[in-house]
This record gives sequence, C-alpha cells and structure tokens, in this order.
Amino acid sequence: MSIQVENVSVAYHGKVALHGATLQLQPGSISGLVGMNGSGKSTLFKAIMGFVKPQTGRVLIHGLPSRSVQKRSLVAYVPQAEEVDWGFPVSVQDVVMMGRYGYMNWLRIPRSLDQRIVQESLERVQMSEFRDRQIGELSGGQRKRAFLARALAQQATVLLLDEPFTGVDIKTEKTMINLLLELKAQGHTILISTHDLASITTFCDQVVLINRTILAYGDTSEVFTEENLSRTFGGSISDLSLNKSQLARSPWEDL
Amino acid sequence: MDLVQWFVAPLTHAFMVKAVLVSMLVGVVCSVLSCYMTLKGWALMGDAVSHAVMPGVVIAYILKIPFAIGAFVFGVGSVLAIGFIKAQTRIKEDTAIGIVFTGFFALGLVLVSKTPSSVDLTHILFGNVLGISNQDILQTIIISAITLITIALCRKDLLLFCFDPTHARSIGLNTTALYYTLLSLLSLTAVAGLQTVGIILVVAMLVTPGATAYLLTDRFDHMLGIAIGSGVISSVLGTYMSYHLDGATGGCIVVLQTFLFILAMIFAPKHGLIAKARLQRQQQPS
Repeated sequence: MSIQVENVSVAYHGKVALHGATLQLQPGSISGLVGMNGSGKSTLFKAIMGFVKPQTGRVLIHGLPSRSVQKRSLVAYVPQAEEVDWGFPVSVQDVVMMGRYGYMNWLRIPRSLDQRIVQESLERVQMSEFRDRQIGELSGGQRKRAFLARALAQQATVLLLDEPFTGVDIKTEKTMINLLLELKAQGHTILISTHDLASITTFCDQVVLINRTILAYGDTSEVFTEENLSRTFGGSISDLSLNKSQLARSPWEDL
Repeated sequence: MDLVQWFVAPLTHAFMVKAVLVSMLVGVVCSVLSCYMTLKGWALMGDAVSHAVMPGVVIAYILKIPFAIGAFVFGVGSVLAIGFIKAQTRIKEDTAIGIVFTGFFALGLVLVSKTPSSVDLTHILFGNVLGISNQDILQTIIISAITLITIALCRKDLLLFCFDPTHARSIGLNTTALYYTLLSLLSLTAVAGLQTVGIILVVAMLVTPGATAYLLTDRFDHMLGIAIGSGVISSVLGTYMSYHLDGATGGCIVVLQTFLFILAMIFAPKHGLIAKARLQRQQQPS
C-alpha cells in the first residue's frame, strides 16, 4: 500500500479538522479528492506529508513513518497558484532544481546527475525553452507545469496536487493529464484535490470523498454516486451544480 | 572643496578611518540579510527584534560582557515571546509583535535610566560610529564573520525556506532550524547595525537595500550584489556626509539609502514606475 491512513484524527486548537479518517491507496493509481471548503482536504494532505501530528491513528507511506518519508523525498506536493510568491527572484530552472535538494549534500551543489534530471523533467512538461524565465513571467498553465516538473525532479512516488487545473489552458491540462497517466503506469500514486467533478470521471480511476472524515473511497464507478456526493456536500446534486462557484478552493492554512 | 579632498581629508583622523571601515562592513552584512528579510516579508519582525535587543545591550554593559551576547538573548527571546502569545492566546501576530517589542524596549529605557553613566542612551538609540571603540570593532568583525559564513553555507536552504517552506519540509529540510537560524542572524545583524545607525534606524539597514535590489532584478544572485552595493555606498557616503555636515551619522546613512530606493522605484528598467507607465501605454493602443 503506498498511502495508508489509519484512523487519523487531527484537531487544531481543540477544533476537529479530521476525525477517524481511514484511506488506503495502491501504487499505480490516480485518485480525485473531493470535498467542500473546510472539509479537511488540506489537513489530509498535511497528514500525508507528515506536517501534523495526529491525535489518534497514523499515516504510513510505503510502510514508512513521515520522518523517513521526508528524508527520502517520497512525497511531492504541487501547490495551488495562490500559495506561491510569483515575484520571487527565481527562474523556472531554479525551482525545478529545488526538487533535487533532498538528494544533494548540505551545500546543495548540483551534480551532473541533478542537472540531467532537471533538464529531463523540464522536457517532460515541455518547459525547456522557458527554463531561464523568472517564474512570474509565465502563463498560468506554464506555472503549473514548472511546479509539476519540480515534483518529477524530486522523483517522488507519491504526488499530491492541489487544484492543479484551476486557471490553466487546455494545452496544459492535456499535457498534465497525459503525464499523470504516464506516471500512474510507472507505478506512482497520485492524489488530486479538485472541484472539477466532471473531469474526475475522465482520468481518475478512484475517488476519495471527504467531509471531516473519509466518507468513501474506491473505484470511481462505485463511489461516484449521487447519494455519496450528496453526503459529501451536504445537499442535493442539483444544488451542487447551481452553486459550483461556492465550491471555490479552501486556502491552504499556514504551514 | 574638490572631490578627492572630500574623501581623503577626513581620513587623517584615526576615528574616521575606523568609522568608514566599520560602516562598510556593517553595510555588507545588513544588506545581505536584507535580501532574505525582504523576500520573507519579515520587515516588521526586523523592527521588533532590533528594538527588543535594547535591554540585552544595557544588561551586557552592566555585566561587562560583549553586548552582542545580551542582544542575541533578548532578540531571540522577543521572538519566542511573540510566538508564545500567538500560539497560546487569541491575540493576532501583529498585535503580539507590537506588545512585545515595545515592552522590551521600555524595559531597556528603564534599565538605562537606572544605571551609572557608563551607558550612553543616545549612542544606543542613534549609533556612534564616529566614536566606536576598538572592542566594539572587534565585536562587529566577529558578528559579520559569523553571519556571512552562515549565509554562505546555508544560502540555498534559507532561500528555499523563504520561497516555499512546505516543499522544504516535505523533502526533509529542518524548517524549524532554518527559522531559528534566520532569526539568530537577524538578532546578530541588528547588533551590528546598531553600531552605525542605532536601534531606531537599524530596521532600515535590514530592509531597504534588499527592497531596492528587488526592484532592479529578477535574479537572487544579482539581488545580493545590488543590495550590497547600495548598502555599502550609502553607509560609507553617509558616514562622510555626517562628518562634513557635522550631522547625525545614522540619519545620513538612512536618508541616502532611502534616496537610492526612490531612484530604483522610479527608474528601475522593468519594475520601476516609468517602465510600468510605458508598458501600460503600449498595451493601450491609441
């Protein structure tokens, strides 16, 4: 099992964000994480990355506890656009190289292997020609691809993507989905939080429904039912499609 | 008076040679750190820490230990206190900062007023680079060496910590250690800056050169270089200006720094006001 969440409860300042969450994801799968604002999506991501200490339960990645997972750079997180300071004086190549830091010595001097992996990662997301651009000079789609390249350079086996398709062009969305399918075929475990319910059925083989706990998870065809979705969103689906704008992303709380 | 004389004549005084050298060194150290402060958004934190070191400086004078040690303890202590108030009460961070740094600063004022005349309040508040002692020069050199070596070694980790702490943590970097490293450097550098411009203006040394450089480039390496350049020029020229004008040294240095910032803000090739206006005009075809 590559992601194993066992009965995890997390509370901040006495407020329960996640209660008794249990989830098991296999290698070689793409799962869509669906839930409302404040349903605990970002808490679940934090728990998987080992950033919060659960009050109960535990999280294992490939059977390893979080500290070992971090030391091995096993989990990559692709942030939402709003979380990044786009004015920061770093180039696309600099950002992708940051994916390699965990493998370098403590002075972070890139070896030729690191250089090569960075170039390959840039090529895989079709960003080589923009490698020297400052990150703020990219379009929305290019920005997403730059951060996806960083996750590739990190050679993580578990990828967490937070709203990856918000504000991206069709070309980027296609490139990204093809790449995610490729990674899945190579045995990566991919968890994507998204509000785009329609696209989930097209490329996610599994769905995880969350509302303060994991309500259901499993094959899209079985889990993605009207009844389950109405439990997830606490109303009927018709309300849901009407109020899609209200399902806007929840901000990633300060880490 | 001709220009060469303007620079050379004051150097016949030993105190002026020392002052110029110390300003130069402090300019370099503060400017390097200012790049990180600007990018991390720690200007307010810099202001807080620099004020909060005051009681530490006074106590160190009383105990006759190097005042960098006292300042360091209170600088880090103030940030721990801010963190504690934020975590344990419903008070927000900016309020906590306001309470803690004024509280520490006030404690420093009381201590100064109750200690024998060996501590000169105006020197702490406004700096005294023209009358700097050899012992203080030595301290500045040690502080500068520690700061510059630490940054040279942890430069990339610190930058990643400023840019994306989530990623830093997820690949196993110790972000807590990086936070306290940056904070310790801030406390130490505040002490160095205090020598030339004093507690009240030291935050300018820790913010303005980085901000000026940030307007002029999109590359961090260049940003460091430009910040150091503008920091050293304003520190050295400011020291000369204060000699010739017989005016406050700290004031002269910070006025020059602010002047350089304004120039960058208006004329920066890409992020300046003129460039922005030109770009807007191009985007609106007449």
